[in-house]
Amino acid sequence: MSVETTSLPAPKAALSNSQLALCFVAAAVVMTVVQYLGGLPEWLHRLPEALVPNFAGWLDAIFNFVKDDLGLLVVTRTLTEGLEWLLDASGNIFFGKRRWPNIGPIPWTAMAAVAAVVGYYLGGWRLALLGGGTMVWTALIGQWEIAMQTMSVLAIAAPLAFVIGLSLGIAAWKYAWVDNVIKPVLSVLQTLPFFTYLLPAVIFFKVGPTAGAVATTIYAIPPMILMTTLGLKKVSPEVVEAGKMSGCSRFQMLRHVYLPSARTEILVGVNQVIMLCLAMVVLTAFIGMPGLGAKLLAMMGSFKLGRSFEIGVTIVLLAVMLDRMSKAWVVKQPVHFERGTPFWKRHQMLLLGIAAFVGLTLISLVAPIFAEIGRGQDFSQGKELDNLIKAFLNIEWVKATTGFLRAFLNVQVLIPFRNFMLSIPTPAFILLVAAFALALAGRKQAIYAVIFFSLVALSGWWDRAIITLYSVISAVTLAALIGLPVGIIAARSEKWSTRVLLICDTAQTFPSFVYLIPAIMLFGITDIAVIFSILIFAMVPLTRYTIEGLRTVPEEMTEAADMAGATRMQKLWSVQLPLALPTMAVGFNQAIMFAFFMVIIAAFIGTQDLGQELQRTLAGTDLGKNFVLGICVSLMALTFDLTIMKWASDKKAVLGL
Amino acid sequence: MSAEVPVISCKNVWKIFGNDPTGFLKTMTPGMSFDEIRAAGYIAGVKDVSIEVNKGEMLVIMGLSGSGKSTLVRCFSRLHDITGGTIEVEGQDIMSLAEKDLIELRRSKMGMVFQSFGLLPHRSVLENVAFPLEMRGQDKHTRRERAMEVIKLVGLEGREDYFPRELSGGQQQRVGIARSLAIEPDIWFLDEPFSALDPLIRREMQDEFLRLQQLLNKTIVFITHDFDEALRLADRIAIMKDGAVEQCDTPDQIVLDPQTEYVRKFTEDIDKARVVHAGVLADATASGEGDPVDASLTVHSMARMLVNDTRAMIPVKKGDTIIGALSRQSALDILLGTGA
Repeated sequence: MSVETTSLPAPKAALSNSQLALCFVAAAVVMTVVQYLGGLPEWLHRLPEALVPNFAGWLDAIFNFVKDDLGLLVVTRTLTEGLEWLLDASGNIFFGKRRWPNIGPIPWTAMAAVAAVVGYYLGGWRLALLGGGTMVWTALIGQWEIAMQTMSVLAIAAPLAFVIGLSLGIAAWKYAWVDNVIKPVLSVLQTLPFFTYLLPAVIFFKVGPTAGAVATTIYAIPPMILMTTLGLKKVSPEVVEAGKMSGCSRFQMLRHVYLPSARTEILVGVNQVIMLCLAMVVLTAFIGMPGLGAKLLAMMGSFKLGRSFEIGVTIVLLAVMLDRMSKAWVVKQPVHFERGTPFWKRHQMLLLGIAAFVGLTLISLVAPIFAEIGRGQDFSQGKELDNLIKAFLNIEWVKATTGFLRAFLNVQVLIPFRNFMLSIPTPAFILLVAAFALALAGRKQAIYAVIFFSLVALSGWWDRAIITLYSVISAVTLAALIGLPVGIIAARSEKWSTRVLLICDTAQTFPSFVYLIPAIMLFGITDIAVIFSILIFAMVPLTRYTIEGLRTVPEEMTEAADMAGATRMQKLWSVQLPLALPTMAVGFNQAIMFAFFMVIIAAFIGTQDLGQELQRTLAGTDLGKNFVLGICVSLMALTFDLTIMKWASDKKAVLGL
Repeated sequence: MSAEVPVISCKNVWKIFGNDPTGFLKTMTPGMSFDEIRAAGYIAGVKDVSIEVNKGEMLVIMGLSGSGKSTLVRCFSRLHDITGGTIEVEGQDIMSLAEKDLIELRRSKMGMVFQSFGLLPHRSVLENVAFPLEMRGQDKHTRRERAMEVIKLVGLEGREDYFPRELSGGQQQRVGIARSLAIEPDIWFLDEPFSALDPLIRREMQDEFLRLQQLLNKTIVFITHDFDEALRLADRIAIMKDGAVEQCDTPDQIVLDPQTEYVRKFTEDIDKARVVHAGVLADATASGEGDPVDASLTVHSMARMLVNDTRAMIPVKKGDTIIGALSRQSALDILLGTGA
C-alpha cells in the first residue's frame, strides 16, 4: 500500500483538516441526539434490509463459476492428491500413519536427541536443553502423538510456504508489475481473519490435514515475500557490481550473489514462516485437523482446564523452541577451521546427531518404552491440575476479584459502552470514523475510511461489525491502560527493559489460541473472557513498542533535558514521550491488528459478532457469506492500519527520525 | 606507447540520470551547464567526456565526491549503460555487445576493485578470490590453484579459509585486489580502493599496489579523491568536475600548467618541486655543459645541486642519451616558489 508522504497542497478549501474533522464530529453528534429524541427516520439510522445488496449471493455465483465452470475445483482436487501424498509420508514418519514409506514413527527418544544436538549446534547448552527438554516433556506428558500430528503438517506447510514465498518475493523484486499486484493483496491478506482462509481451503482441498496444510501455507506466505524482497533490495550495490564484474550470468547473480547476501533477511522470513505456521496449524482444529489444536479445543469445550493447561504448555514450549532455534540460525555465521582439522572434527555435530539417532532407534527396537510412551505410562496430572485451578479460583480474594471484574466491568462499563456504540446511527458512525482518519492522517485516508465503512454498512452486517469493533476498542483501551505504564516504568532501567522485552518477545511467539486458556480459566465462558484474552494478546505489542520507542530516544536529547534541569516527569512528558510517540503508534496499530485477529478466534467462547457468524459458515459451504464477513473485518482493520501508519510516518518525518 | 590502438577510447560520452535520459539528450540545447541540466530535472553523471587510456598506462581519475568519476569508470565496464557517445574497448564498441559477449568480456579482460571491498560475506577468502573463475566454469582444482597464487601475491597466505568478517579492512581489500586479479585481466579498474582504510594502512597499500603494478604492468584506471595519491601513482591524471573532465595530463603538466581555474585551485597547495621532473623541464633545443642530471629526478631531489651549481643550463639525460637542458633559474623558481 503506497502511502504518499508528501502532503499535497490542499485544494483551496476554506477549512483545514482538523476543522473539517470537527464539523464531521458535530454532524455526527447532532444526528445521534436527534436519533435519541426519536426524530431520526429509521432508514437513516440503519440501512433498510431491502437495500442491502446481495454481495454473498454474487460472490457465491462467482465462486461457483470459477469452481465448476472454469474447473478450478478439478485442479485443486488434483493438487490435493499430491499434497495428501506428502502429508501421508510425513505423517508416517512423525506418528506412524500407515502409509508409504512405512518406516515411522520415529522413536521419541531419537527425536529428542536430534533436537538436543541441533539446539547445541545452533546455540549451545541452553538451546540443547530447550530442544531436548521440550521433546521429553511432550512425550512424558502423553501428548507425543498429537504433537507429532501437528508437526507433520508443519513439516510440509512451512517448506511449502518458504518456497512459494521466496519465489514470489524474487518475482516482486525483479518485476515492478508483480510488486504492484502483490502489495495490495498482501495488506488485505494480512488483515483477513483466519476463518476466511479456512472455508475456501475446505471447499477446494477437502476437510482435514490437506485443507489445514493449505490454509496454513497461505497464511504464512506474506511475511516470507516481504522479507525476501526487503533482503534482496538491501544487498550492497558494490557486492552486486563485484558479481557483475566477475562475469556472473543472471542466474549466477541470483544464486551466488543476491540470495546468499540476503541470507539474514531470508532466514528472518523463515523464522516468521515457522511461527505463523505453528499458530495457524493449531487453529486449523476448527476444520477438523487432528493434533494439539483439536485436543485443546475439545478439552476447553468440556472445561477440562488441567489438560488444556498441559496442552497449552506443550504448544508454548514447541513455539519457543522453534523460535529460538530459527533465530539462532539467523545469527549463526560461518567460522573457519584451522588448517588440517580432521574430517570428524569438522562435522562433529552432524556425526553426533546421526550416532544418537541411530543408536536410540536401535535401542527402541528392544525397549519399547524408548519408542513410545503408552497410555497409562504418562505423567499427565490433568485431574490434579483441575482441582488445583478450581481451588485457586475458590480462594476468597481471587473469587472476589474476578467476580467484581465480571460484575463491575461488564455491567457498568462494557455493556453500556456497547449499547452506546450500537445506538449511533450508521451515517453518524461513518462520519466519526472519517473525522478520526482526517484528523490523524489526511483526506486520502478519510476517503478510504468512508468507502470501507460504507461497504461494511452495505454488507448488511453492521450491528455485528459494531460489536466486533466494540470488543476491539474496549480491549485495546484496557490493554493500553495496563501496557503503557508497564512499558514506561520498564524503560526507566536497562535491566527491566531487557527483561520485559524478553517476556514480550517470548509471549509474541505463542500461538494466539493459547491466550484463550487463562481467559477461560479465570472468567469462564463470558464476555469478559473474550475481552481478557484480546487484552493480554494486544498488550504485548503495546508494551514492547513503548519500551523500544522510549529507549531509542537519542541520548543527547535526554541529556539536554537533564542539563536544562527537567525533573523525571518533565523529561518524560516533554521530551521522551513526544519523540517515542511514532514508534508507540506502530505498537498501537499492531495491538489493534492483533485484537481484530483475536476477537474472531474468541468467537469460540461465544460472542455475537462477525466472528461468530464466520465460525458458523465453516460448518457449511457458504463461501459467499464467509467472504463478505471476512472482508468486513479486513476493511475495518485496514482503515485503522492506513490511518495510524500514515500518522506515524508523518510524525516521524516531522521529528526527523 | 600511443602508436597502437588505445585500450579504452571514449568519445563524447554522456551519462544522464532521470526519467527519459535519451530523449532529453536528443532535445537538449548543446552547451547546457550542469546546473541547467539539473534545473531541467536531470543529473549529468558524465558530461561529454572524451578520453583515451593506452596500453600499460595508469590513468588516475580524480575529483571530489559527486564529480562523476565513479560513474565514468562504471561506463567503461558497462556497469552503467551510457546515454550518448561511444566507448570502445580494444577497438570494440561495448554498447553494441550482447549480454553474453559482455559477460565474456568481463570474464576474460576486466577486473575491478571496490571502495568498500564488495566481498561476498558467505564465502571464505579462497572462495571469494576463486569466484570469477567459478563463474566462468573453471574446475575446482585449477581455480583453487590459481586463487592460491594470487592470494600469495597479495600476501594473504595462511588466511585463505577465513571469512571476510574475520579480517581487517586492509586485509579485506587485499582479498578484493586478489579477486580482481584472479582472471589475469588486461584492464584493471580500481574505484577508490584505499579510501575506506586508515591513513597508515593506506600508505602501505599504495606501496603494495605499486609493487604489484611493476610486477604485472596492467592497463589501469584508478579513481581517487586524494590528490597526493593521484600524484604518487599516476602516469596521467584526469580531473573531473560536475561530470566533465576539466583537464587530462601528466602530473607535471597539471601542476605546471593548470588549464582551468578549478584545476589551478586544486594544485595551489601542492609542493610542485616534489611533482615536477627534470625531463619535463628539459628544453630539447637548448644545450648545457657539464654532468647531466637524470630525467626521472624531481626538482625536490635535485634541490641541493640546483642551489650549489652555477651553470645557467643543465643538460638532462634519459637513459644514456641527452634529451636537452633545463634552465636552472626556472627549476629554482619551482623549488622556491615564484614571485615570493
